[in-house]
Amino acid sequence: MSEVKPGWKTLPEGDIVKGGTAAEFKTGDWRSERPVWFPERCIHCMFCWISCPDSSIVVKDGKMTGIDYDHCKGCGICVKECPVKPNKALEMKPEREGSCQR
Amino acid sequence: MSKVVARTGNEAMAEAMRQINPDVVAAYPITPATEIVMIFAKYVADGLVDTNFVAVESEHSAMSACVGASATGARVMTGTSSQGLCLMYEILPIAAALRLPIVMCDVNRAISGPINIHCDHSDTMAARDFGWLQIFSEDSQEAYDSLIQAIRIAEDPRVHLPTMVTTDGFIISHCLDRIEIVEDKEVKEFIGGDRKAANSLLDVKKPVSVGLLDLQDYYFEHRLPVAEAMKNSKKVILEVAEEFAKKFGRKYGLYEGYKLDDAEIAIVALGSTCGTAKVVIDELRAKGIKAGMLKIRVFRPFPAEEIAQALANVKAVAVLDRSDMWAGQGGQVFTEIRSALFEAVKKPQLLNYIYGLGGREIDQPMLRSVFTALQSAEKQPLVQYLGVRE
Amino acid sequence: MASLKELATRKDPLTGGHRMCPGCGAPIVVRQILLASKDPVVVVSATGCLEVSTTIFPYSAWNVPFLHNAFENAGATMSGVEAAYQNFKKKGKIDQHINFVAFGGDGGTYDIGLQSLSGAMERGHDLTYVCYNNEAYMNTGVQRSGATPRGANTTTEPAGKVSQGKVQWRKDLTEIMVAHNIPYVAQGIIGNWSDLTRKAEKAFSIRGPKFMNILQPCRLGWGYRPDATLELARLAFETCAWPVYEVENGVYKISKPKEKKPVIEYLKPQDRFRHLFKPGNEALLADIQAEVDRRWGQLLAKEAPRQGSGQ
Repeated sequence: MSEVKPGWKTLPEGDIVKGGTAAEFKTGDWRSERPVWFPERCIHCMFCWISCPDSSIVVKDGKMTGIDYDHCKGCGICVKECPVKPNKALEMKPEREGSCQR
Repeated sequence: MSKVVARTGNEAMAEAMRQINPDVVAAYPITPATEIVMIFAKYVADGLVDTNFVAVESEHSAMSACVGASATGARVMTGTSSQGLCLMYEILPIAAALRLPIVMCDVNRAISGPINIHCDHSDTMAARDFGWLQIFSEDSQEAYDSLIQAIRIAEDPRVHLPTMVTTDGFIISHCLDRIEIVEDKEVKEFIGGDRKAANSLLDVKKPVSVGLLDLQDYYFEHRLPVAEAMKNSKKVILEVAEEFAKKFGRKYGLYEGYKLDDAEIAIVALGSTCGTAKVVIDELRAKGIKAGMLKIRVFRPFPAEEIAQALANVKAVAVLDRSDMWAGQGGQVFTEIRSALFEAVKKPQLLNYIYGLGGREIDQPMLRSVFTALQSAEKQPLVQYLGVRE
Repeated sequence: MASLKELATRKDPLTGGHRMCPGCGAPIVVRQILLASKDPVVVVSATGCLEVSTTIFPYSAWNVPFLHNAFENAGATMSGVEAAYQNFKKKGKIDQHINFVAFGGDGGTYDIGLQSLSGAMERGHDLTYVCYNNEAYMNTGVQRSGATPRGANTTTEPAGKVSQGKVQWRKDLTEIMVAHNIPYVAQGIIGNWSDLTRKAEKAFSIRGPKFMNILQPCRLGWGYRPDATLELARLAFETCAWPVYEVENGVYKISKPKEKKPVIEYLKPQDRFRHLFKPGNEALLADIQAEVDRRWGQLLAKEAPRQGSGQ
């Protein structure tokens, strides 16, 4: 979003926006830890996807394809819910400084 | 072809609603507005309208349902009074900020406490800052005509604001009056088909989010357009009134001057009191006293410039307020008018009378006493209460 | 019932980029319920965490039509939306089936919005009202609500030197909704996606008013690590502190845990109950266990005995 915000004369009428614009707002820098995905261990059960509060598990054609680090807040629910044993397909790792995708 | 019938104010408003045939009505009973809703519910039951009527469990829910329905692009109406309007207060400014052209039949009644079911304007006046257009009626005919016009005004793209048309509780709402009813088809033509909304909540292919949280960076920019639309609505009100007059012969403006052009003393009033005042003015005129009246039809937007101009040549003016601000600077109408006249080079001496609270009678002798006082206005206190026992 | 792979082909109703806390359960409620709809949905939300955090202008996280009106009126607001839809349908202006879903927190549902909800249910609108229940007013900073359980520490009924948090038991809103004799009432948790999406699918398959009361742990108000949100919800189920059940046309169907765990297993991991584990509060803990048992027993008694032993 540009820093110059529209004035009242140019804003659309009413308190209304097109749906889904929050995708433009990045919350990835909220993380102190990040989930890291190990595709070779993944069984594509989708438990992480259905449990993610931030819609940050990327899926395509019924398969997990990655993590949306622009929006993932690093809560760790996906890791907790991953049923793969003995090593989970997702692990929390410390967020390295400056690694957040902006 | 119009026909002349006898109708109470409530019946007249219900009749207009039937002819408008809104998509959704959500309402809750409250004296003295209940009848509007009752009559309309019977129209629904008899299949005379296509409306989906939502008989909600409170006025708060009535206005909430109106907002929900209107956000889909539907034409939506409701009716209420007094405590019911008070219960809606929270939602009224939301309807305005979302730019939803909901039209309300508002029957003026005193607000509690003590509880009182009779007429004054305190319910409507307290709602004056919520971004709703407010149109007052002197009688059933005006209520009927204004309600039909209100749909056009509210839905005009230059306005897109909710609108309330008011009558005075019992005095208009329950009194039989001779009125001219326009044919159904003519009303339909005048309104001009379905509401044309730019967005609909039901458009699942183009989803919109409505009613978002504004922080410090957007709230101001979302509120100001309400004022702008309110200002623009003056022009629209006059255009719609002119078209209405062309089609149906009855002319309306933002205000009505009654024998005002050459008046030396005048009153300013709204609603049913104006009818009584006209009789008194005629009588005074017959005695050679140059009395007149400015009847405010549209209180929001407030026609400040127009009124200041209309009162410029009057020597003394008494503003009659049927509501009080309790130790403010007189009543709400007085405050507006005094403010409107502040910069005027030529302006009358002003007095304020607060009268008729809780349905207290306002009769010809009382109005005569006001005109008498105006003849020595400089000796009068600024704000007086009329008709209260000491 | 749709499989997860099938659900994953549907458009996500929420985008990322909303401002809910990390590990918040509310967007999980929204996603699991709305993904279960094969038809388009229209959403109304009461004021609350969910609404505030998903719609900070000009950013909306909703990929489906969304309307927020005020705090206490999600039921009434959706009544109006649905009435307009029925009107347009009657007039042939719309033929697409739409599922209307209202979301409210426990404050907006149990307390300030109860009348509006009750009215909407009684009038029979075709809508699903979902309470995302985190058992306090979290948006304003963890104040007690009618849904707050006894003993919980909240900012308006805090644990102190002479008081041990909320004194009263929570009201049973699910049963209040059952008493409306609506076609479908469900109580669930977010820790069991298959149960929740199945319940939502069922709700969407029924015409008329539906109510779902979904326990949604709040990491801020309950006090726990953000990754434990679903685990805590499951503990609420396993201890019967939050029974999971549905009532379809008056018929109860209860999900029973394999083994009913002691309620302290659910209370202990939460900061809001920490004071209960101080010496001297044993009686209160026993009292809470007794009330959980009593309510669980009362609920079981409502389920008609079934033929055979199969559940």
